[in-house]
Amino acid sequence: MAVGVRTQDLRKVYSSSPPLGAAGGFVARADAKGGKQPKTQIPALDGLSLEILAGEIFGLLGPNGAGKSTTVGVLTTRVRPTSGQAWIGEHDVWQEQARVKHLIGVVPQRPNLDFSLTAREILVFHAAYFGIGSRLRNERADALLEKFKLTERATQMVRGFSGGMMQRLSIARAMMHDPQVLFLDEPSAGLDPQTRILLWEIIREYHQAGKTVLLTTHNMEEADALCQRLAIIDHGHVIAQGTPEQLKASIPGGFLLRLRFGKQTAELLQHLRSLAGVREVRALDGTADGTGADVYADRGGSLIPEIATLAANSGAELSDVHISEPSLENLFLHHTGRSLRD
Amino acid sequence: MNWKTFFAMLARDAHVARRNAIQLILQTFLQPLLFVFIFGRVMVGSGYMPAAYKSLLLPGIIAISMVFTGIWAVAMPLIAEFQWTREIEDRLLAPIDVAWIAIEKVFAGMLQALVAGLMVIPLAWLVLRPGVEISIHAPLTFALIIVLVATFSACGGLALGCSINQQHIGLMFGMVITPMIFFGCAYYPWSALKTFPILQKVVLINPLVYASEGLRATLVPQFPHLSITAVLAALLFFDVLLLVVGLRQFESKAVS
Repeated sequence: MAVGVRTQDLRKVYSSSPPLGAAGGFVARADAKGGKQPKTQIPALDGLSLEILAGEIFGLLGPNGAGKSTTVGVLTTRVRPTSGQAWIGEHDVWQEQARVKHLIGVVPQRPNLDFSLTAREILVFHAAYFGIGSRLRNERADALLEKFKLTERATQMVRGFSGGMMQRLSIARAMMHDPQVLFLDEPSAGLDPQTRILLWEIIREYHQAGKTVLLTTHNMEEADALCQRLAIIDHGHVIAQGTPEQLKASIPGGFLLRLRFGKQTAELLQHLRSLAGVREVRALDGTADGTGADVYADRGGSLIPEIATLAANSGAELSDVHISEPSLENLFLHHTGRSLRD
Repeated sequence: MNWKTFFAMLARDAHVARRNAIQLILQTFLQPLLFVFIFGRVMVGSGYMPAAYKSLLLPGIIAISMVFTGIWAVAMPLIAEFQWTREIEDRLLAPIDVAWIAIEKVFAGMLQALVAGLMVIPLAWLVLRPGVEISIHAPLTFALIIVLVATFSACGGLALGCSINQQHIGLMFGMVITPMIFFGCAYYPWSALKTFPILQKVVLINPLVYASEGLRATLVPQFPHLSITAVLAALLFFDVLLLVVGLRQFESKAVS
């Protein structure tokens, strides 16, 4: 029986520094803003409501410090929300912690393996914590070690493992008790492309067994390739939600042309708006990005000659053009005015 | 309460302790044995200390070994596991109430403290003999006292381990453990402090005083010691206090 996940109006304000996994770039930003206050209040979640259906792969997409790890922290009993509620299936995460922990498997952003144990012992003891009998836990440990290509290193202490190996072992550990909901916080960060593909295959396979998967990422490609539905979050709340296709379709036009001019006039912008296929023009005046405009349009490259002509006619030299096809990256930029990588 | 999880975590701690057995044994027994040798054999043998000092010293050494082992066994792994690696999280995510994870750590620490205390007795006796006059004439009281001592040391380890960071371990030893040992009436009876009346009152906040005096009362009652009732009451008080403080600190570390 697949299990869904729900949060309602979650808020979290850290009065001390946030947990390591959830820190990211957020602390720096909050410090810059609230530097005067001696005790920094760091808001991480600001009324976050989500509904993740049973048996889907759901992605939380956002830049560093958007609140992704804090959301996962609240849903996995590791972070106490300042207000709001969260449920795994029918179980309130705060009221029924032990029940909830039975249902979830967690892969943290940074491996938190038990350094006093060998790879195999980590899996076997993990299953023992979940009350799984000796024979079954040994069988499962061997199968997962094989699947994650760790059999050869099974009897070694994990202290000397590479980052990728630790990550693989973390995922294997999360699967040991066969959880109904699997949380993966930035699962492919720091993985080489080959391991990333192995990871994606494993996530898809797990999902096909009827399990719910919630992953956080700031990698558009990953969100697009894996997730059935996505929530884009920034500053601790959801700014857009839907299937990757729905979200991409919500960008006006779909194509984004980032234009840079030596100088520009209101007249030029007006002309740009009147071009066939242009849906929206946003002027960037004297921003850090320079002078120019973001043009959302139905077509890409074929607009360039017309734009170049218009620019030349109004005496503004076109200095740079960047065309991107419909993507979640554009979507994020459209909603926040910032690039995901900023 | 999920006993399967509790015992699995205990099994994990036992497994790790077995793996580090040699290191643990050296850490637990080397210092008390050196102490016993220097003070009990060298100082007494050369006539600087009276022969009776051997018997007076032994309960104190047992108390120190137990308290030190209990604190160390709980505090050091906790300090490491709550640090950057967050190793403890696999247990925090086990299907059990978070407080029980702390209690499991305390229980494991108590067992280690008890083993340390009971093993120091024959070892020290071997080094000190002949001339040690100890007898367990009230075995139940003795058992009760060593259990209470093991409990406060493990609970103290929990409270300390969840209150300080890795970079402050040195400070913990300098500011907490060392004064605790020297003002713990382990090397001298509490009554010996009567020429320092203020100090004699102040050291009563040190739980090691009751451990040393309690063991002295049950093992070598021929020497002056605090009353057993006072010792039991004080040890119980420290057990409860340190457990409450430790659990609170643990929960605030475990959940952000």
